[in-house]
Amino acid sequence: MTNDHMETTAPDTGLRIRTEVKASQPGAPVTSEGPDIVCRNVNLAYGDNHVLHDITMDMDDRRVTALIGPSGCGKSTLLRCFNRMNDLIDDVRTWGEIRVKGLDVNAATTDVIEVRRRVGMVFQKSNPFPKSIYENVVYGLRIAGIGDKATLDEACERSLKGAALWDEVKDRLDESGLGLSGGQMQRVCIARAIAVEPEIILMDEPCSALDPIATLKIEELIYQLKEKYTIVIVTHNLQQAARVSDKTAFFWLGRLVEYGETAEMFTAPKDKLTEDYITGRFG
Amino acid sequence: MSLKKSILRGEPMIWFTGSALGVSILMILGLVGVILVNGLSFFWPVELEQITLKDGGSFLGELSSREPIPNPGQPDHLQKQRILLRVGNRDLYGFDFKWFDEDQVEKRELPPHAYFVERREYGPLIGTPVRIAEGEREIASGPEAVAAALPALVRQAEKDRAAIERIEKDEIGDINYRIEKARLRGRRLELLAREDPGSDPSRERAEIEKTTAEQQTLYESKTQELAVLVERAAATSLTVKTADGQEKELRALDIYRAYSANQLSWAGRLGVYASRLWGFFSEDPRESNTEGGIFPAIFGTVMMVLLMSLMVVPLGVLAALYLREYARQGPLVRTVRIAVNNLAGVPSIVFGVFGLGFFVYFVGGGIDRLFFREALPTPTFGTGGILWASLTLALLTVPVVIVASEEALAAVPRSMREASLAMGATKFQTILRVVLPAAAPGILTGLILAMARGAGEVAPLMLTGVVKLAPELPLDGFLPFLHLDRKFMHLGFHIYDVGFQSPNVEAAKPMVYTTTIFLLVMVVLLNMTAIVVRNRLRAKYKTGAF
Repeated sequence: MTNDHMETTAPDTGLRIRTEVKASQPGAPVTSEGPDIVCRNVNLAYGDNHVLHDITMDMDDRRVTALIGPSGCGKSTLLRCFNRMNDLIDDVRTWGEIRVKGLDVNAATTDVIEVRRRVGMVFQKSNPFPKSIYENVVYGLRIAGIGDKATLDEACERSLKGAALWDEVKDRLDESGLGLSGGQMQRVCIARAIAVEPEIILMDEPCSALDPIATLKIEELIYQLKEKYTIVIVTHNLQQAARVSDKTAFFWLGRLVEYGETAEMFTAPKDKLTEDYITGRFG
Repeated sequence: MSLKKSILRGEPMIWFTGSALGVSILMILGLVGVILVNGLSFFWPVELEQITLKDGGSFLGELSSREPIPNPGQPDHLQKQRILLRVGNRDLYGFDFKWFDEDQVEKRELPPHAYFVERREYGPLIGTPVRIAEGEREIASGPEAVAAALPALVRQAEKDRAAIERIEKDEIGDINYRIEKARLRGRRLELLAREDPGSDPSRERAEIEKTTAEQQTLYESKTQELAVLVERAAATSLTVKTADGQEKELRALDIYRAYSANQLSWAGRLGVYASRLWGFFSEDPRESNTEGGIFPAIFGTVMMVLLMSLMVVPLGVLAALYLREYARQGPLVRTVRIAVNNLAGVPSIVFGVFGLGFFVYFVGGGIDRLFFREALPTPTFGTGGILWASLTLALLTVPVVIVASEEALAAVPRSMREASLAMGATKFQTILRVVLPAAAPGILTGLILAMARGAGEVAPLMLTGVVKLAPELPLDGFLPFLHLDRKFMHLGFHIYDVGFQSPNVEAAKPMVYTTTIFLLVMVVLLNMTAIVVRNRLRAKYKTGAF
C-alpha cells in the first residue's frame, strides 16, 4: 500500500532493491475483495504439545501476508494448516475454523485433495522431482488425469513464464530438474505450484537456502504473482518480510502477537514484543 | 617411544585391517585362478604320446598327470614316479585312463599320424587312421590319404547329423505332439461322456480319429525318410588302428571332431580349442553328461533366474511398500520385519521341501485335477518343473528384495513426498509416480543380490524340478512356447551331477571346472545387466539420497 513511505523509513539496502522492482511493475493492482483465508480460533496440538493457541486472522485476496517470528513459534505449522499438510504427521489434532475461499478446510466432508489443489505450496528446500523440467511442471496436471499434449505444453509454458524461468530453460525442458541451480530449482517448484492454477500459494521460507541474487529473483516473482494469487509467506528474514509483504503477522510461542500492515508494523509496532523482535533485541 | 606413538596413532590397526583385506582378495583370486586354469586347459589339444612298455604292451594317449608312487614304510616310498595316460578307446579297453610306473616304460615317442577322434559314444578314439570306406568301396587308404579326406568327412557328418536331428526332433516331434494332443482330447471326451451320458461325442471322436490316422501316416513316411537318410549317412566309415594293433571301424555319422594331435600348428591348436569351447557352450550333453556341451543347463539356469526375478520383484516390492508406506509402525511391524530378516537365513533345502510339498504336490496337484484331468495319472504340473523351481527360489530370495526395497523406500526424501502430496496427489499417486521411481535403483540392488543368491542355489531345485538330462528346453516352437511345467537342467546341479554322479570320474573332472566357469560367467553377466540398468536409473533419478 504505502511502499514509498517504507523506503523513507527503513534505511535498508533490501528496500531499495524493492523500490526498483516496484518501478518496473507499474500499476500492480492492490484492490482487495475481502478476506481469502479466514482463521477463527485455530488451535493445534502434537499429542500433548499444544503449539498453536487461538489464532484468529484474515488474509486478503491477492495480497502477500508474511508470517514472522522466532523458530518454533508455530508460523510454519499454521501455514501447513491451510493445506492440511499436518495430516501427514501422526497424532496431530486441529480445532477451530479455517476457511479458504469459503471452503471449510477441516470439515469432515472436505476432500483434502481438493484443498491441496486449490492451495499450492512452495517449500523451504527446493524439492523438484527426479524427473525432467517439463514433467516437474506438469506434475499436478498429470495426477489430475490430464494427458492431452497440447494442454500440458501450454500449461508448462504458461507456468514457466509465470515463474520467470521460461527463457532460461525453454531449450532444455527434457533435462532433469535436478540439474538446475538452487534458484532455478525453486522457481521450477513455483512453476509446478502455479501450473494447476491454485487460488492461494503458501511459501515456507522459500529463499532460506538461496544466495542473495536468487533471493532477489524470487522476490521479484512474488511481486508478479501477487497480481493473480493470494500469497502467504513464512520467512525468517525480516528485510524480506518488509520488502515483499503487504501485511505481516508476528508470532510468539504459538500465539499471534500482532498483525497489521507491514509498513506500520515495521515503523510503529504496537506491541513491545514485536518491537524487540523487529529491532533485533532477540530472536 | 616412537613405537608407542605409532600404536597410539593406530598404525598397527591400519596394517591389521589391510592384511585382512589382502587375505580375502588372495583367497578370491586363488579360487578364480584354480577354476580358470583347470577349466580352460580342458579344451587345449595336447600331444598324443605313445608308450611302449618293457613287457611289450603299447599305449597311445594324452599325458594327464605325473606323481610319486606312495609305498609307505618301504625305502622307495615316494621315490619313483608314475604317469597317468588318457588312453581313450573305452569300448576296446574297458577304461579311459591308465597309470604306468615310469620304470616299466621302455620307450616314449610322439607318433606323427596319431589322431584324436571325438565320437558319439565311449569317449574319444585314439589311434592311427588307416582307411575310409563307403560300404565295400575304399575311398582313402593310408595315413596321409585319410588325413586329407578326413575334414570333408567330418563336415559331411555334421551336416547329416543336423538333417537327422531336424527330422527327429522337429518334424517327428511335431507329429508326436499332435498325436498326443489328439489322445488327450479323446480322453477328455471319454471323461465328459461318463459324467454326462446324454451327450453325443461321436462326431468329435471321428474327427480325432481322422487326425490321429493322418498323423500316423505322416509319421510312418517320416520314419522311412529318416531310415533312408541314416542308412546313406552311416554307409561311410573310418577305420582306426589303436596302439596295440586293434582296428576299430567307426560310422562317419558318429564322428564329432578329429585332429592330428602331433602335427597341429599353433593356429590349428587354437582353432581346435575355440571349436571345442564353442561346442561346449552350444551343444547338448552326451554320454551321461561327461561329453558334449552344457547348453541346456545354461539355458535352464538363465531362464529360471529370469522367471524368479519376474516373480520376486513384484512380490518383494509390494510387501516392502506395505511395510514401509502403509503399515502403522509398531511392535507388530517390527516383529514382521525381524521375521523377514530371519527368513533370509533359513537353509535353502527347507525351502526346497516346502516347494515340493506346497507348490508341487498341493498347488500343482490341484491344477492337474482341475485342468489336466485327461492326462492323469501322468502329472502335468503335479511334478517338479521350472515354474515351481522358480517360485521356490523367489520365496527363498524375497527377504533380500524386501529388505533392500524397504531401505530404498526409506531413503526417498520426505521433502519429495511432501511436494507431491502438496500438489494434491493421493498417497497412491505419490508412491507410483515419485517414490517408486526414486527407489528403483535401491530395489534393483535387492534384485541383484537375489539373483546372485538364486543362480547359485542347487539344493531346493533338486526337489522341485531340476533333472540330470532334460530332453526338451522349457522354451520352444510349440504353443504356448513357454512350457512352465517342464523339468530343466541347471549349471549348479550339472556340476554336482558331473562331478559326483558320473560313471567316468577322471573324464568328468575337468568338466566340473569348466561348468563352474560357465556358472560364474552366467551369474556375473546377469548381475552386470542388472547393474547397468540400475546405474542408468540412478543417473536418471539421481537425488541427494542415493
